[in-house]
Amino acid sequence: MAKLILRCTVNGEDVEVLVSPYVTLLDALREDLGLTGPKEGCGTGDCGACSVHLDGKLVASCLVLALQARGRSVKTIEGLAKDDVLHPLQEAFVRMGVPQCGFCIPGVLMAAAALLADNPRPTESEIRYGIAGNLCRCTGYTKMLAAITEAAGTVAAGKER
Amino acid sequence: MRRFELAVPTSVDDCLKAMAGQGTAVKLVAGGTDLLPQLKNSLLNPALVVDLSGVKELRALERDAAGGLRIGAAVTARELELDPRVRAEYPAIAESAALVGSIQIRNLATVGGNLCNAAPSADMAPPLIALEAEAVIAGPKGRRRVPLASFFQGVRRTALEPDELLLELVVPRPAPRSGGNYLRHTPRRELDIAVVGVASQLTLGDGVCAKARIVLASVAPTPVRAPEAEHALEGQPLTAERIEAAATLAVSAASPISDQRGSAEYRRHLVRVLTRRTLITARERAGA
Repeated sequence: MAKLILRCTVNGEDVEVLVSPYVTLLDALREDLGLTGPKEGCGTGDCGACSVHLDGKLVASCLVLALQARGRSVKTIEGLAKDDVLHPLQEAFVRMGVPQCGFCIPGVLMAAAALLADNPRPTESEIRYGIAGNLCRCTGYTKMLAAITEAAGTVAAGKER
Repeated sequence: MRRFELAVPTSVDDCLKAMAGQGTAVKLVAGGTDLLPQLKNSLLNPALVVDLSGVKELRALERDAAGGLRIGAAVTARELELDPRVRAEYPAIAESAALVGSIQIRNLATVGGNLCNAAPSADMAPPLIALEAEAVIAGPKGRRRVPLASFFQGVRRTALEPDELLLELVVPRPAPRSGGNYLRHTPRRELDIAVVGVASQLTLGDGVCAKARIVLASVAPTPVRAPEAEHALEGQPLTAERIEAAATLAVSAASPISDQRGSAEYRRHLVRVLTRRTLITARERAGA
């Protein structure tokens, strides 16, 4: 059960890492690459805390085998800001004090970023639908909605940096 | 997770070679949304997992020579949900795909996985059966086609031999003046498993219903057709009374169990309600 070489792009950088065939992308990111933004909540794809972008698409990284990311591009919460400038979503989350315990927030931000990339001016129900796969056990959804709505205005107006 | 070896083939032939002689010690992984939870809690302990994500042939989503639709087994639920042609010509397929898990799940989960996992509640099965899709299966002896209706043989049991894999679905083009709809009932709106699911597909003729297909999920070990209800509609005008009568007849095709999601009686009630609603929407979409 030899380890295999995983070559992929993580947050814009080429990465080469030895992983076991039975390791998930989430574990490889956290344990081998030190990217502890994505969290393991349920481990079965129900909670969304492990959400990352794989080739630009929102996925539950706890359900992806690390080696399935070979040759592909992975983006985690650590790659959302550009050169120390926060993404408008992050800025809005900080300004409005959205995080409570914070555990779900990296996943929520990645879900919201995927939503705005496809649909820069989402309605409230589209925002709710866009983060329906992310559970917040502090139940802090109201502020998430407000912050995503505000950030969407910024993104749609082209004020993103 | 228990340890296993991973094969990463790039062609269907290489997949079949990797699977050959492994019997039940091999499992295939595409989106992983059903397999990984089962690996994590040791419901499955394969020695070898074959990753299908590098096999291009399984990702086709295109019109076939006869004007129907070829859906590769590794096409994701999200692709089917968003594809403009699927939404326009096969809305029930897009509707059922949109109900699978969350966006995080649908970007991974594949139609082939949903079917091969063969849960009685699989949302993508009923509309595909109602549209008379065929499953194209690849194995060491070549390729064969089976009607999707006979692909399901029991809870988590399919027509696939251990050394075979599902290649694609071929969905015939519906006749002109056809319409379909899939609805399911869940206690929550998102991320839940169907208590009952119903797909209806209608083709209109000269003032009457030329063809009706009604398929039920979550009320038997496999998805089931409701032939008595179909017969009650075919050759008849699609009046509200006929639809109500067909909805009542559909209940006889269901053999539901009682579990934490709903009692058998509640499920029978839902079959009637959802059959009626899907027939009304299917009729509307067919242009009645």
